[in-house]
Amino acid sequence: MPLAARPVVHTTSVGVGAGTVGAVTARPTGTFAESSRAAGAADQHAAGAAGDWSPARAAESWQAVPDTSGHFGRFGGRFVPEALFAALDELSAAYEAARFDPVFTAELDGLLASYAGRPTPLTSADRLTERIGGARILLKREDLAHTGSHKINNVLGQCLLTRRMGKTRVIAETGAGQHGVATATACALLGLECVVYMGEEDTRRQALNVARMRLLGAEVVAVASGSRTLKDAINEAMRDWVATVDSTHYCIGSVMGPHPFPMMVRDFQRVIGVEARQQTLDLLGRLPDAVVACVGGGSNAMGVFHRFIPDAEVALIGCEAGGDGVASGRHAAAIAGGAPGVLHGMRTFLLQDADGQTQVSHSISAGLDYPGIGPEHALLHETGRASYRVVDDAAAMEALALVARTEGILVAIESAHAFAGAFEVARELGPDGVVLVNCSGRGDKDVDTAARWFDLLDPDAG
Amino acid sequence: MRSQLAHDQPAQGQPAGGPAAAARPVPAGREAARAGRSPLDEVFAAARAQGRAVLVGYLPAGFPTVERGIAAMRAMVAAGVDVVEVGLPYSDPTMDGPVIQDAADVALRGGVTTRDVLRTVEAVADTGAPTLVMTYWNPVERYGLEAFAADLASAGGAGAITPDLPPEEADSWLAACATQAIDPVFLVAPSSTPQRLRLVTSHSRGFVYAASTMGVTGARAAVGARAGDLVTRVREVTTLPVAVGLGVSTGAQAAEVAGFADGVIVGSALVRALATGDGEGGGDGVEAVARLAAELAAGVRAASA
Ligand SMILES: Cc1ncc(COP(=O)(O)O)c(C=O)c1O
Repeated sequence: MPLAARPVVHTTSVGVGAGTVGAVTARPTGTFAESSRAAGAADQHAAGAAGDWSPARAAESWQAVPDTSGHFGRFGGRFVPEALFAALDELSAAYEAARFDPVFTAELDGLLASYAGRPTPLTSADRLTERIGGARILLKREDLAHTGSHKINNVLGQCLLTRRMGKTRVIAETGAGQHGVATATACALLGLECVVYMGEEDTRRQALNVARMRLLGAEVVAVASGSRTLKDAINEAMRDWVATVDSTHYCIGSVMGPHPFPMMVRDFQRVIGVEARQQTLDLLGRLPDAVVACVGGGSNAMGVFHRFIPDAEVALIGCEAGGDGVASGRHAAAIAGGAPGVLHGMRTFLLQDADGQTQVSHSISAGLDYPGIGPEHALLHETGRASYRVVDDAAAMEALALVARTEGILVAIESAHAFAGAFEVARELGPDGVVLVNCSGRGDKDVDTAARWFDLLDPDAG
Repeated sequence: MRSQLAHDQPAQGQPAGGPAAAARPVPAGREAARAGRSPLDEVFAAARAQGRAVLVGYLPAGFPTVERGIAAMRAMVAAGVDVVEVGLPYSDPTMDGPVIQDAADVALRGGVTTRDVLRTVEAVADTGAPTLVMTYWNPVERYGLEAFAADLASAGGAGAITPDLPPEEADSWLAACATQAIDPVFLVAPSSTPQRLRLVTSHSRGFVYAASTMGVTGARAAVGARAGDLVTRVREVTTLPVAVGLGVSTGAQAAEVAGFADGVIVGSALVRALATGDGEGGGDGVEAVARLAAELAAGVRAASA
């Protein structure tokens, strides 16, 4: 086996310590451009590497997956109707051309810096660290990105790509509404028509985000079929796409769906980990012992994990939504409670019954309320390079309240799952350890749910 | 910078013997008398000899109940449907429009199982009409694809249509179908490139399913103008019969499609007939299915091909 190409040395300034300012000036000009070049080098080595991915190999060549047909080991692939193949091939070709085109990468990196507010800061959560009494807790602040979550990173990339492909309409699914808001935002910025599919149940849970999307000029379609949540919104978006694919791009919001989406969305989110790794080195002169993120489809987790995959000493820990607890059957923990299967164009872990019918997931967090998980997570789980824990509704809400009171940060309920998992990890690591938590989004959208959970509403105020 | 347009290349690192290597061996054991011709081959050959198109009718198993579904399928065979597609109701029917979605919902809420689907196949195949299963992929994988192929074959099934299983992902399935001597049917679409038409048709057996329009299932006022083009393009790469589906709902449309295709596939219109009976009159759904099937059967015979 030839020696792997090493990732390109990170010469770019990507923010120092906890500051918000990280001038992106030196050539190469930004993290996406930088990632792409490193990926290109690694891919040459990785050609034909399907099936023999391993942590050791990933440490040599962190872009060794997926293979050219979109497989992450036995996961991933393309399980879609024939009608969509041409569009997926077109998208793959457009993406492969764009990711190495300096014009595209400069435009994306420019928008990430001047529009989305990247790099996002790293915050040392000192009062929280003291309160938990274990490892030092660092926060990657995706909640401070424009629109309030990591979702904007992916959406800017895909919407620029949409324009490049000459398409004029973008459709998206959304659960919590954060991906829908981000997509509506990017479409407004780039002058694209935008339609967002959202489960009817979620339009109720996340009413504020429905209004936000409409203010941004998007059409929001409430989906009343099936479980009326994220999976059904995806079904409806796919039905739209197959009929409109000539003019329309389906901007999938997580590292899921048919190839090339899991790879492409990961690449667009990878900036999170690239920044956080350098920021941690700048702050502490060392890497964290563990990186923790919540997992719905898995995009914020893949984004923060990916640059750390070669760092074998860094534990990667995903937190699945446990709802009322895995034992109750009312949860969204695809790895802990599911089995391999095929849904939404990919082979991955799924909640399903004995006949292969998808089971309805449950979580207090709309953004994690999905019965599957991105295929690369399925592989990371199987190879042991990442591990996955379950955080139930109650633990997540408790973490949300604790973070708010000790750090003055109201996090999204999705992100609160990562915090609850990180508290456990911090205690396990002890005071000499360092745990990096991806704070994937802010909690403004969840104030209503949290107020009900903690009974904070004035009974007379209705 | 190296060009990264690698996705055009054939998949690397697939399990031993890629799709090309999975060509069907001679059917083993079962019905040796068939001498390599499957029931689907026979039906298309017979229809061709009569100068007409084959009529393929779709209904989901378990709708509105397993028994009523069987009765409707048997009735449509009696009324002139040549080949039956038994739909396996699925929780996430991303390729179906509202009519079939709703029927699948009813069937699943009624508790239909994969075994019920196979039982339906058995009861319909009993009529002598070649009977296929039309299914999303995950239920097959969950059942165990070898077991599914074996149980489908022993129920008398002629094959299976798997619209979200592309040939690239189908190595094991193709092998299981070959072992059981059932026909795997794949779909082509107006957007299929010439290379993909060759790939898909080279792995299909029995016939090729041509989706007439870009879109989900459902009756349409007009069958896509691209359907005729698509049939022409498919015939350039294969000698397999081509059946056209998506949107056909009336005898006149069936006649039109029969003018350029070897088979006419009707789904949503039959499901709607079963769901609503004769409309205002509130007539019996099974009778409505039989009436529509008879109209469609006349249609495929009326075409001047
Ligand atoms: C703030 C936030 N975090 C996490 C998620 C879950 O998505 P993913 O697992 O793709 O990061 C969402 C989805 O809506 C979200 O809004």
